[in-house]
Amino acid sequence: MAQYLLSVWHDEDYIDAFETTPPEVIERLHAQVGALNADMEKKGVWVFGGGLVPASSATVVRPGTDGDVSITDGPYAEAKEMMGGFWVIEAPDLDSALEWTRRASLACEGAVELRPFQDG
Amino acid sequence: MGESGARASRSAGTAAGLSRAVESVFRRESGRCTATLIRVLGDVDLAEDAVAEAFEVALTRWPRDGMPDNPGAWITTTARRRALDRLRRESTRHDRHVAAHRTFGTGDPTGADPSTVGRLVEELGGEQVEVVADDQLRLMFLCCHPVLAPDSQVALTLRLLGGLQTPEIARAFLVPEATMAQRIVRAKRKLRDNHARYRIPVEAELPDRLPPVLAAISLIFTEGHRATDGSGLVRVELSNEAIRLGRVLADLMPDEPEAAGLLALMLLTDARRSARLDAAGALVPLAEQDRDRWDQDRIAEGLDRLAPWSRRVDPGRFRIQAELAAAHARAATFADTDWARIVELYDVLLQRRSDPVVAINRAVALGELDGPAAALLALEGLTTTSVSSSTPTSRGTPPGPISWPGPGVRPRPSRRTTGRSPSPPRRRSGGSSPLVARRAEPGRPRRSRPEVGCGVDIGRGAPTGGST
Repeated sequence: MAQYLLSVWHDEDYIDAFETTPPEVIERLHAQVGALNADMEKKGVWVFGGGLVPASSATVVRPGTDGDVSITDGPYAEAKEMMGGFWVIEAPDLDSALEWTRRASLACEGAVELRPFQDG
Repeated sequence: MGESGARASRSAGTAAGLSRAVESVFRRESGRCTATLIRVLGDVDLAEDAVAEAFEVALTRWPRDGMPDNPGAWITTTARRRALDRLRRESTRHDRHVAAHRTFGTGDPTGADPSTVGRLVEELGGEQVEVVADDQLRLMFLCCHPVLAPDSQVALTLRLLGGLQTPEIARAFLVPEATMAQRIVRAKRKLRDNHARYRIPVEAELPDRLPPVLAAISLIFTEGHRATDGSGLVRVELSNEAIRLGRVLADLMPDEPEAAGLLALMLLTDARRSARLDAAGALVPLAEQDRDRWDQDRIAEGLDRLAPWSRRVDPGRFRIQAELAAAHARAATFADTDWARIVELYDVLLQRRSDPVVAINRAVALGELDGPAAALLALEGLTTTSVSSSTPTSRGTPPGPISWPGPGVRPRPSRRTTGRSPSPPRRRSGGSSPLVARRAEPGRPRRSRPEVGCGVDIGRGAPTGGST
């Protein structure tokens, strides 16, 4: 069995959209993702997962000198893209993981990146 | 020294000749051996290295002892022995590390990997290596996994199944060797990191898994069919390799019409190879090709592959293109061509997807059927821009339909009347349609013309870019 990270990505419109998405869309997405999560748990695939608040609420901590750290307000990447949430799943192989990723992409109606964890 | 071995040694002559002979056998057999060894050893790199080592051994042994009667079995057995030796050596040093990097479970696709290398060595020690035909199919689906980019799929296929070396593949696709090497390394690493399984997809998965395999093979064929300058030999080898892979695929998947369609298309297209270029190396349009030079064996095999599916409706794009090629192959001369059928086939293609290149080819065929006015009418809706933006122009492909003149140009009068005419002498179909055989004026570089007929450019994107 191998573990994979399925991460959901949004472009910069996400933050705006987050505020302005009509409630019925939010409801639909929640329902779809909820159903997928339930199935993941049922099939023994679910390890962990969840949605993230927008990156504007993030903080970056970096190591400094002498065991100190620096604290920065905002996300790591001043990038247009932002991770909206993720799943960690356990699957026997790529094809299985890919199938779950396909379903995840359809459920959250967005791009999902599939990336394996390093072995052991 | 065996009889055949002695004969081989004598006929091979010089050391260079001998090593070439060994090379060519290896080229032919190594794909199958690699495919089986990947299953047996559970690791792509291990299998590849083992086959490479077997090749080194063959280079010294075969000229001395003669070519084995069953080179494939010899390679597989020798390679496995080498791999076991290596595993034994490594198991004393870093057992778990090596085991952790093994990719696939041995044999049983649902089984777990043995946890130690030692156990693997034990298991394989006495095992008869069964060369299973299906192994090549497994390897095809692995190399053409949808998570890989098409360029990587093609590179991996040529390397693992085709037995081509990285420099050859790089040359064939006109990229630097370092680039191609990186591409292959990354692709293998990605498959390993993502725990890709060595298996044949089940029925339900085939609609997603088969198209990339077909596309990769057709891309290799298209690349081999291009009349670019230099590496002429590489080109022919590529086409032949594509056809060989196409045969393996079609034979191992007899229920897949598109596998048969792709193979038929390649065979029928390749049949024209000798007639495609003139003495100066320029492309000869279909209308002017010497059909005596068409390879009738290829044509026969192509038509044979297509025949069982002729009743089946809803053809895929490869089968349609194959039927187009077949229509041309059946015609003794350009004039004898069943243009009605060709227009019909283009109609089917256009129904599935609108494509200006296909539309142009259809118009040309319509011109053959109903005369130039009908063709020009059909072309009216198309602009040069929409054609040039969709026609693949990479790697110096002859421009094709881009050179098509606008509707304002007056066509040269044809010697033929509309409709069927009595066949001109077979050698040259004279009196070619003005729509097809517009010659370049003196002083201007000769450009290729829009051609009716099945596209050589049968890669991923454009279907019949009417070519030669």
